[in-house]
Amino acid sequence: MQNETTRTAWMTLTILLVTSFSVGCGTQPTEQAGSTTAETTAVSINETPLADAVLKVASTTSTRDSGLLDILLPEFEEANHCRVDLIAVGTGAALKLGEAGDVDAILVHARGAEEKFMGAGHGVRHEPFMHNFFIIAGPTDDPAAARGSDAVAAMQSIADGKHRFVSRGDDSGTHKREQLLWQKIGRRPEWDNFVESGQGMGPTLIMADEMNAYVLTDEGTWLKQSEKFQLVPLVRGADDLKNSYSVIVVNPAQHPAVNSKLASKFASFLISEQAQKLIANYKINGQRLFHADRLPGETTE
Amino acid sequence: MIREGIQEALKLLLRLDSSVIDAATRSLWVSIVAVAAASVVGIATGLALARKRFTGRSVVVVAFRVGMSVPTVLIGLLCFGLLSRRGALGEFELLYTTWAIVLGEFFLALPIVVTLTHGAITRLDRRVFETAITLGAGVIQRATTYLREARLAIMLAVLTAFSRCFTELGIAMMVGGNIAGRTRTLTTATALETARGEFASGVAMSLILLTIALLVTLAIALLSRATAEAES
Repeated sequence: MQNETTRTAWMTLTILLVTSFSVGCGTQPTEQAGSTTAETTAVSINETPLADAVLKVASTTSTRDSGLLDILLPEFEEANHCRVDLIAVGTGAALKLGEAGDVDAILVHARGAEEKFMGAGHGVRHEPFMHNFFIIAGPTDDPAAARGSDAVAAMQSIADGKHRFVSRGDDSGTHKREQLLWQKIGRRPEWDNFVESGQGMGPTLIMADEMNAYVLTDEGTWLKQSEKFQLVPLVRGADDLKNSYSVIVVNPAQHPAVNSKLASKFASFLISEQAQKLIANYKINGQRLFHADRLPGETTE
Repeated sequence: MIREGIQEALKLLLRLDSSVIDAATRSLWVSIVAVAAASVVGIATGLALARKRFTGRSVVVVAFRVGMSVPTVLIGLLCFGLLSRRGALGEFELLYTTWAIVLGEFFLALPIVVTLTHGAITRLDRRVFETAITLGAGVIQRATTYLREARLAIMLAVLTAFSRCFTELGIAMMVGGNIAGRTRTLTTATALETARGEFASGVAMSLILLTIALLVTLAIALLSRATAEAES
């Protein structure tokens, strides 16, 4: 008798376990949530190097996640017989890696921090090479009435209404821009519905979507993931949301191990006509993602 | 970097930095609750698995043993699927709360407690079982006898589960969301400091984590020695 009860108990437990597993596997966000773990993995683009030269580049995750580098890097590797090791981290970490001489070049998007970096003598060459625009996304019913206004006005009404907002809170380029916007409206984002995820753009967007909150995002990550979201873009293309990407060659005088010759070639490559055309023509889901800075007639759409 | 980390850790500790204290207490609270729940369920289950005979028992034992090596990111992912707005338990709005982390860590701790308890009971001297049965002890009495005999190994099981929960990152990051002041734990704070390029404060956070883990281990070791001495 007792034996039978235990058996039934076990059956129930097993069924519970199995169902909970299959429920988990069946849901959508699997893929996005998984990407958090790959946040800082180094990706070597070319498995069989043509020569010994290796260029180490720290890039922001948004550039890596956009897929653009998968097109640009092979071209550069082939032309220069080298291998590019890409370390995708936040802008803050990328700058730190450059400062420590752990990488030869960095790809970042936080103008203020870049200027500080150059001013401190950590870099020898600074080339803005492309840009796009940040987007303010939010719930469809848009309780802050942010739709169609410029970024400052939108942030102002989000802050006034103390609406839900998910911030990166990780010193990334996107977070730095968000802080700049709060500064412009003279408000510290400190209300109950303001949360800091401390994570990359992908997980932060998922969180904002789950919470039905406002969020500032870069265009690339948004285009890649937005299909699955209920959030909608509310402010896009506004002048105060311009997002400019630069390449910086790390100063070899501070760190002799830095391969600045190759890094400088890389910078020249990114502003060359060949690379600029690749950038201008790069599309995700049929939409152009970046504006090439050095092509005539490309700066505005 | 390590030296800077140690200095930074000392500074943060001496200053009783509120965000560090906050993350540390949250880490402790979450793992204690999760492990307590997993211990209640897991010790009972482990005991039953060791002493009850039923078909498919070995399958269950193996399943729990395999469960010990399920990566935390996978548990995090499954819990995310369950708790997401579109998931089966979405209506309870548990995602991005400390309870979500507790749930995930419960599943992390359970197989450890079950497997190690099961092993501890099976390794007991045959005479313990024989004596208990010949003396005509009831179910409850027998269970408490076995558990008392295996208490050190079971304590170790609980401790192992605790250190695994206390130091895990995947679940806390995925279902907790690393929200500042609400779900940020020591491990997610470490991950954030690293992502921000604040490597020294990342090291500092880890050192604080290790210190707490060490203190807990020491406390349990002393406790078990005291009990052993008291009874000998």
